[in-house]
Amino acid sequence: MGKQVPIVDYLVIDDGSPHLAAWESVDSGALYFDRRNADAKGGGTEFRRKKLATTGKVRSFTIVNRGVPGIPVPYVSALVDLDGGGTVKANLTNTPPDPEHVKLGMAVKMTTFPAGTDDDGTEAIAFAFEPAS
Amino acid sequence: MSGDNGDNVWILGAYMTKFGRHTDKDLIDLASESALGAMKDADVTIHDMEVLGCGSLFNAQAGVGQQLQKQIGQTGIPVYNVANACATGATALRTVLLTIKAGEADMGLAVGVEQMGKGGLLGAGGKGDRGRKVYEPSGRYGSVMQVEGVLGTGLMPGVFAQAGMEYAYEHGGVDFEQFAKVAEKNHAHSTLNPLAHYQKQFTLDEVMTAEMMSYPNTLLMCCPNTDGSAAVVLVSEEKLRTLSRDQQKRAVKISASALTTDPWTEHAQVQPDVNTLTRNAAKQAYETAGVSPQDLDLVELHDCFATAELIHYDNLMLCPPGDAGKFIDERGPWRDGQTPVNVSGGLISKGHPIGATGIANVFEVTTHLRGEAGDRQIEGAKVGLTHVIGLGSACAVHILEKAAV
Repeated sequence: MGKQVPIVDYLVIDDGSPHLAAWESVDSGALYFDRRNADAKGGGTEFRRKKLATTGKVRSFTIVNRGVPGIPVPYVSALVDLDGGGTVKANLTNTPPDPEHVKLGMAVKMTTFPAGTDDDGTEAIAFAFEPAS
Repeated sequence: MSGDNGDNVWILGAYMTKFGRHTDKDLIDLASESALGAMKDADVTIHDMEVLGCGSLFNAQAGVGQQLQKQIGQTGIPVYNVANACATGATALRTVLLTIKAGEADMGLAVGVEQMGKGGLLGAGGKGDRGRKVYEPSGRYGSVMQVEGVLGTGLMPGVFAQAGMEYAYEHGGVDFEQFAKVAEKNHAHSTLNPLAHYQKQFTLDEVMTAEMMSYPNTLLMCCPNTDGSAAVVLVSEEKLRTLSRDQQKRAVKISASALTTDPWTEHAQVQPDVNTLTRNAAKQAYETAGVSPQDLDLVELHDCFATAELIHYDNLMLCPPGDAGKFIDERGPWRDGQTPVNVSGGLISKGHPIGATGIANVFEVTTHLRGEAGDRQIEGAKVGLTHVIGLGSACAVHILEKAAV
């Protein structure tokens, strides 16, 4: 198997089972996925890495029928409230992309998949969520 | 209602171009038309203007205000070129208002203009093909490739669809049909507005069976890309008192002007929170004006998508918390309902030339308060509210009143 890299740096694929990690403000407890200069909630500048749960509930979704070139449609984009804290946006997979199957509040779990391979053979690993049961 | 303290700023003139695809005109043609139109409507000239605020989002670095001056009058006054997402036009207006309140000017011109063309879907961004493909982390998220469509969607129809569905999750009682009813209403309203980009009525079934863009937003529930411009002439109360009786009679008071950004909220790290800053702006505006939501005779709010309009019923407190679905079911926002919303046709039918939108909605409310809205007039309108929100985020709310100077 060639080299693998996470699609974004808040997806951790080289420390046990794949999971998401956020920057948690030491002062306010606010969670962030991006590189930080300071905490936009409390103003502090100290952060620690926090491992997030791989399970959660769908707080919102949309079914995209017209998207950007190269991305097959329809697909489901969802906001997921992770158990224990943190909200993330990702695709919802392994379910028919229609409102009869995708429900607000449904329990989901994280999964990973290869999103592409570059010219050096490096594979980008992305994450998505799928129904928990 | 607020007492007159002599520090009020009034709208003396207002104008908007026909919204649509103006392939035969450029940006400055459109801005010139609205600027000259607003000054003519106010019965003043460029020589009376002491400040110019000019909003154009996609040409923010082009000095559109100065380009406009070179067509309609180079009088040497200060120009503020403004870009503030979809609140760009409203921010240009507010810049002129604040200049007058600061005592630096008695009269000024605010112009909003945009030429969108056939812009396609906004919000894709991300990384395109750049020759040899090598996955290197970059940016604040350390992404190695374009994530649009891979890690959810950031395209506008999807972002606002998710905002609407989030409301449904939190409050219940809202489904596809309620969202679609918003578009049914706005398309119906647009048939009375000759300045709207589209003036075609659709049945609820036609709205719901139109091409699905991003569930629950169908094509008929999304605003089009539109070209257009709108302008207002603002005047201090002191100056207004020196003007003619006719000018005073048609002047409309700006009872409140609020501008907010998005405070930190937990879920907004991955999905813009369009609610909190709207609620904050509305609260500030109601308090400043001494007006309650029940006093409003009409509202022009930011219906970039049908899902957005529905949640703003709640954010602007036009309905009890959680009752936005019930509000549209009971026809509350129709032109003959409890609080008419977007009688212009809204962004969904009138169009959304981004820089112009926040002044065009002021034009609409002003026209009703003057009793000059023709077939679409809301009879006896005395108080109205305008609202715009742009992602990033910025929100502006203005409350306008028909009042005697």
